Amino acid sequence: MVIVFQSKPSLIAAGVVAGPLEKRSIFSQHFDATYDDERWQMKTNEQGHRKMVEEACEFAMKKAGVKNKDIDYFMGGDLVNQMTPTNFAARDLEIPFIGLFSACATSISSVIIASLLTEVGAANFSLAGASSQHNAVERQFRYPIDYGSQKPQTAQWTVTAAGYALIGKHQEEYPSIEAATVGKSVDYGMDDPFHMGAAMAPAAFQTIQSHLEQRNQKIYHYDLILTGDLGQLGLKLLKGMFVENGIKSEELKPLRDAGAEFYGQDEAFQSGASGAGCSAAVFFSYVIQQMRAGTYKRVLLVATGALLSPLTFQQGETIPCTAHAIEITMR
Amino acid sequence: MEKEQYQQLEQNVTPKPPYFKNVAKAFIVGGLICTIGQAVSLFYIIFFNFTEATAGNPTVATMVFFAMILTGFGLYKKIGQFAGAGSAVPVTGFGNAVISAAIEHRSEGLVLGVGGNIFKLAGSVVLFGVVSAFFVALIKYILVTIGVVSW
Repeated sequence: MVIVFQSKPSLIAAGVVAGPLEKRSIFSQHFDATYDDERWQMKTNEQGHRKMVEEACEFAMKKAGVKNKDIDYFMGGDLVNQMTPTNFAARDLEIPFIGLFSACATSISSVIIASLLTEVGAANFSLAGASSQHNAVERQFRYPIDYGSQKPQTAQWTVTAAGYALIGKHQEEYPSIEAATVGKSVDYGMDDPFHMGAAMAPAAFQTIQSHLEQRNQKIYHYDLILTGDLGQLGLKLLKGMFVENGIKSEELKPLRDAGAEFYGQDEAFQSGASGAGCSAAVFFSYVIQQMRAGTYKRVLLVATGALLSPLTFQQGETIPCTAHAIEITMR
Repeated sequence: MEKEQYQQLEQNVTPKPPYFKNVAKAFIVGGLICTIGQAVSLFYIIFFNFTEATAGNPTVATMVFFAMILTGFGLYKKIGQFAGAGSAVPVTGFGNAVISAAIEHRSEGLVLGVGGNIFKLAGSVVLFGVVSAFFVALIKYILVTIGVVSW
């Protein structure tokens, strides 16, 4: 069921910070800061991860000229067990907080909840977003960082980045959230953790399809439909699903993927970028800036998440995935 | 779209792994590592009075030491991405598995972190290596006993 926001909450400001490798991203000029030290001068990767979340939130608050005591809710998550980086960042930010886990789709599920809180009048300002830190995530989901395994062409690279948006009441001059679709958990029987794009594409397809149907729209009504981290192969598969559904490939032009474009054509990153920080960093920097500049008037952001754990993979289970979408417009 | 239909689409879109290229790269790098190992072995035989039978232990230790240095400088994973099984199968790959896990878990302390996790990846190599060594030795013992081969 699509949620239509009568009050059209606005994305007042956003903060995006990223790690050293992310300087090579084609989006890096849009980030607020990139750091040479992936641990943010902290002792461990996990502490660096926390620091990154705090800095992204601080950038967002600073840009809007508000302080943490002005924020009513903090919604966010990451990929580390028990989401300690975000939980610990919440401790230092001192804002009422609910941790959310939709894997890499958290960047949008958090915005949906924040928009609902704004819609019902419970919040003037809320922070929503997600983050991932390459080393902290990889060690948990795959192998130690320095282990010399060969990654296949279908693999994706977890980005080190945090993106947080400040959601507030409707203001004409900012991009506004018109509608949202909460995705189902979709499982098409894919079981390869080195081929997440293939696992996530059907979830993205279902969410986009259902959003367009219920909003009575077509793909061409959008200047941009941007998925989170399907990667180059996942994006190909998503387009393939639309084509098999009778949509001409030239109509699919607005369809792009943040993960596929993130590192440009650099083959060192195989199929592209992934991670909760990937969609958050691109959505809350590049997309918002382009909307404010007037390049895009109507955008559908679709964050995609693979809901696996190392345990379920080892026990031979397939990978359920989800995708959440928000429709953003700019006057 | 049905699951089967999607799986068909996925098969068509996903590129096949370049098996021939991977095998060739693994052969060259794996061979190179073994050649270095042979050189180290000869070094111990010529300069340190080891025999062909006894040079194995110091050679393995030296090769693992090389792997340790390369892993510590973050180079072994780059070799691994290029060579695949070529750098994973030789004893340097075992060294890399041990050292990478040790580095990774240093942040959880020496006992619970490094000690508890150092054999996280290499543990199964140790276990199944010991088990298969036992059975190989058993087979040889039987063959020697019935007089097919000698020690």
